[in-house]
Amino acid sequence: MPKAQVTFQDIGVTVTVPAGTRLIEVSEKVGAGITYGCREGECCTCLTKIVSGHENLAAPSVLEDQVLKDNLAPRHHRLACQAQILGGSIVVKPT
Amino acid sequence: MAAPTTMRATADHADAVAVAPGVHWIGAFDPDLRSFDIILRTANGTSYNAYAVRGGTGVAVIDTVKAGFSERFFHRLETIADYDEITTVVLNHLEPDHSGALPELLRRAPRAQLYVSHQARPMLKGLFDPAEFAGRITGVGSGDTVDLGGRRLEFFNTPYLHWPDTQCTWLEDEGLLFSGDFLGCHYCDTRLFNDAVGDFRFSFDYYYAHIMRPFRAHVRSALDLIEPLLLRAILPAHGPVLREDPRDYVRRYRALSGSGLHRNQVKTLAIFYISAYGATRRMAEAVAAGAETAAGDNDATGAVRVSLYDIEGSEPQPFVDLIEEADALIIGSPTINGDAVKPVWDLLSSLTMVDVKGKLGAAFGSYGWSGEAVPMIEDRLRRLKLRVPVQGIKAQLSPTPEEFAACHSLGRDIALHLLGRAEARVIDMASLA
Repeated sequence: MPKAQVTFQDIGVTVTVPAGTRLIEVSEKVGAGITYGCREGECCTCLTKIVSGHENLAAPSVLEDQVLKDNLAPRHHRLACQAQILGGSIVVKPT
Repeated sequence: MAAPTTMRATADHADAVAVAPGVHWIGAFDPDLRSFDIILRTANGTSYNAYAVRGGTGVAVIDTVKAGFSERFFHRLETIADYDEITTVVLNHLEPDHSGALPELLRRAPRAQLYVSHQARPMLKGLFDPAEFAGRITGVGSGDTVDLGGRRLEFFNTPYLHWPDTQCTWLEDEGLLFSGDFLGCHYCDTRLFNDAVGDFRFSFDYYYAHIMRPFRAHVRSALDLIEPLLLRAILPAHGPVLREDPRDYVRRYRALSGSGLHRNQVKTLAIFYISAYGATRRMAEAVAAGAETAAGDNDATGAVRVSLYDIEGSEPQPFVDLIEEADALIIGSPTINGDAVKPVWDLLSSLTMVDVKGKLGAAFGSYGWSGEAVPMIEDRLRRLKLRVPVQGIKAQLSPTPEEFAACHSLGRDIALHLLGRAEARVIDMASLA
């Protein structure tokens, strides 16, 4: 299975994960500082800065895109509960 | 007979109350309310404050009331304005006690445009079908203004006081700040103004403690915006209108939202434990000793002050105050009947009253045969939005030397994280529990 590497900048941990994993699944297990509310892509609590490797995440769904717009999310920010890892290296930081 | 603690509804005046030239209070009194949002007791009831501002070309209505009080709100509004004159409706906070009359107001005032914070816009669908008012809703942020003809309203984005949507509205020509829940309190007194009502200082502080304290960083950001204003009065959405010495209340919030303890550059790590036979206590001591090894001196790399507390020795509240100021929190609990013990849950359930987001957390504990307490505490810490970067330590009955060493490492690792000296790690997801 293709692998990817996600680095959580706030705790200095890099995790090797299978492609297809969502950020929420790995950040919770590793104890990073991304916080979650609804976990369904609506509340924007888990807004996360993608420091690098933005292109290695699946494009946002229509719903996620709308929530990001509604909440005036800056460029290269994603909802960790929705963002799916495709491969390569990604560095993230809680907002 | 005891004197009434609250001015009763029989003393309620039915008309709007003039607050300043062209500005009226049009809210409602609720003297019989005895608890609010489940989390507050309201010995003196409350008020749902709404206001009307008349300009040269239109009238603005700022906030509405709880749905059951709509009739009084509309009656008061009708004593000072026709619905056709209303060009502007501002909702500083969309919780139902302020938005109860909003849909009906928008129906009755067909010219009115609704102004809410950008954060509020997507939340409005929980109150009504936005399609009914399509084209009449505008999202605003700090610096945006609405002209009423010869006077204007300016908006301040003040989120998380106490919801994401909250904002304040400023009427510069009169120096009036419509502050929403910020600087408010649950204190119903039909004399309305702070220089006329009874002593409500307790209610003001109590309201802060239960509504604003969990968001104190946001309180400080909002105060930064408000303190430079030439304030003549604060018009909150609950409680007395603060027209006498309004800056006293701003200063009080500044004091309440500051640090409760003497601060210096030292990071603080608080370890809380409870122990049935002494095993979890000895684990706690090992965690503390490990943290001390990383604590360092008061040199350029910083230091960690490590403190150890037996949960059995106190009510939760003093510990909550300590945790609010701590940078890291480690909890030790035995497992009894497959769970952490009640005093631990009492403490953890009390933490919603303070801001713990982003602090470091960890757990440990001794157990008889299953050891569920540690992962349950870790899960609670995560749900409280703490970072839990180091896996907890469980030990069956009396800990072995290896398990004490693991506790020692746990304390040291958390202290190193606090100091920003934790080693970068690369791990495989499959190795995570």
